[in-house]
Amino acid sequence: MTHLLELIANGVSLGLLYSLITLGFVIIFKATRVVNFAHASFLLLGVYVVAAAQPRLGFAAAAVLGLAVTGLLALVAERLLIARIDQRDHHAMAIVTIGLNVVLTAELTRRLGERMLPLGAPWDGHVVHLGPLSLPLTVVITVVAVPLLIGGLTALLTLTGWGLAMRASIADAEGAALVGIRLRRVSALAWGTAGLLAATAGIGLASFPNPGVSVSLGAVAIAAFPAAIIGGFDSLGGAIVGGLIVGVVQVLVSGYQDALSFLGLGVGDVVAYLVMIVVLLWRPSGLFGSKEISRV
Amino acid sequence: MSDDTLATARPAAEARAGVPPARSLPQRLRGAALPAAVLVALLALPFYVEVFWLRIGLFAMAAAVGALGLTILFGAAGQLSLGHAFFVAVGTYGYAFLSGEEQGHVRGLGLPPLAAAVSATLLAGLCGLLFSPIAGRLRGIYLGIASLGLVFLGHHLLLNARPVTGGYDGRAVEPFSLGGFTFSDASDLILLRVPFGAVESLWYLFLAVTAAATLVARNVLRGRPGRAFRLVRDSEVGAATMGVRVDRTKASAFVLSSMFAGVAGVLTALAFQRAVPDYFDLHLSIDFLAMIIIGGLGSTSGAIAGATFVIALPIVLARYADALPLIVGPGQNGLDASIAAQFVYGALVVAIMLTRPGGLSAMVTAVRDRRARAAPPTPAPTPARDSVRRTP
Repeated sequence: MTHLLELIANGVSLGLLYSLITLGFVIIFKATRVVNFAHASFLLLGVYVVAAAQPRLGFAAAAVLGLAVTGLLALVAERLLIARIDQRDHHAMAIVTIGLNVVLTAELTRRLGERMLPLGAPWDGHVVHLGPLSLPLTVVITVVAVPLLIGGLTALLTLTGWGLAMRASIADAEGAALVGIRLRRVSALAWGTAGLLAATAGIGLASFPNPGVSVSLGAVAIAAFPAAIIGGFDSLGGAIVGGLIVGVVQVLVSGYQDALSFLGLGVGDVVAYLVMIVVLLWRPSGLFGSKEISRV
Repeated sequence: MSDDTLATARPAAEARAGVPPARSLPQRLRGAALPAAVLVALLALPFYVEVFWLRIGLFAMAAAVGALGLTILFGAAGQLSLGHAFFVAVGTYGYAFLSGEEQGHVRGLGLPPLAAAVSATLLAGLCGLLFSPIAGRLRGIYLGIASLGLVFLGHHLLLNARPVTGGYDGRAVEPFSLGGFTFSDASDLILLRVPFGAVESLWYLFLAVTAAATLVARNVLRGRPGRAFRLVRDSEVGAATMGVRVDRTKASAFVLSSMFAGVAGVLTALAFQRAVPDYFDLHLSIDFLAMIIIGGLGSTSGAIAGATFVIALPIVLARYADALPLIVGPGQNGLDASIAAQFVYGALVVAIMLTRPGGLSAMVTAVRDRRARAAPPTPAPTPARDSVRRTP
């Protein structure tokens, strides 16, 4: 029983981190209709900067630097690449992000190689005992901090002017432009925010009990794709639910791997895709996605 | 090879009228001269060129067949698939399993190689058919992500279905043989003082398969199915009102492209003579995508050119690492050739999408059009955009 509870806590924590990645992904998609295939390498870049700068700057400053670099990179990618493409051509925009991903991954692979850089976060290595449960401190911090972060984001979106501008341009880009909302600014903001979210999630993913920053972290971040699909591609709530589902299922399946040995070794890594395919067969636009309506 | 599969590659007026330009006999002959010359050159190549280059040619041809499949699916039908590596893997392991003999813990059915190759292709098509309930219901980008799942699930299967795949270490592949002749180093055929080992004999086999695949792809793209694919890509509603069954058309594009991938898988197996799971990961799918983008979406000759470029680049860079600035050979400190190749083609994909979304084939067409009309009154048509643009 304690084992199950620990697994669930770990799963929720992982799921919340996935939710952050997926949220960024969905925000970009909603604001600019781009499926950002470079999202995983944004994340990897963020944590790489943190891990590389941390011995000299200390963790806090390095984390701020990592966030800034990733947010800036996302912003620049939007300004220099996405904004220059026909905004109706969704395929072309997606392909540009694939190309960007290839280049970024190549650069990070060159820098990291086979190495594993320690993240050096102050919460690394600590374990908290809650009654019978013993959980890594990372898990506790994630479970507390990420909902706060998501709450803050929601507050920004609902209470502030730019949140209103964002929501308006998502609902009806043309109408929003007509009432004087600067769409360019909104899409740049969306990309920047998504970059920040990705880097934040990356810091969580590279923390204890995970050993640190390596190239394989980018592959972990790809799990945000099925999460986004499960939740429905254009729903912010769905992104959170999708991330949680993927995280919990992944940790549970890995935890009970012995009982599930008929599915093969390492099934935890791919179970998200199984769930995704089942969900797609049942609901082609995900759990909370809006159905596409075509007007003739 | 000339390519005017896309209506957009022709001057706009003709395309609008929907009538192919009538060509006189000399024009046709001139059109056929270039492909014929290329074919003769390719046939003569094994007698003049080192094994190193021939081997690159084998990999390039294997990739080209897969790229042809993807260009039908994505270029024509507008269905972005990142699952191509999975279907290539089905072809590879299908062939290895069906033709293989039992050795150790790895099983095999020991079928004749030709039967195994054909069945492996059909098997890949069948897998495509099984996935098409999903593929048919999803649009472009959604399919791209859903098909990502195939690659990961497929890789998991390859690692775990040990009796069929040999697990992590992979399994050996039976050499191809036809009518008593074996396409391997064991054959002692010598033509014009060139020993015909595996690479030389496979060269001709691959050439025949690639030529056949190209013809099939061109006919599909130019004919009724290709038109239906493009119509579905541009407007599903429009296609439905014209009597095209949208779901079925999308599914058939998917099955067809899986079969091309299956053939590519068989060729890959023969070229490598070994099947290893780690080859069939997401990188391979992205490589295929890069090939058809660099070559030009929806163009058969573009797919072949793009495949050759993407395959040859890292190998050639590695070979001339000493002569090239910045790049070093494997194991040395510096810019690795494979990473350098990733930089080049990733940047190329971005640059092409930003400037000329039609890729190489559009550039060739533009140059040819400009030359054909000595002083063009209008700028050359930009087939570029239209090949990927979708109406909102």
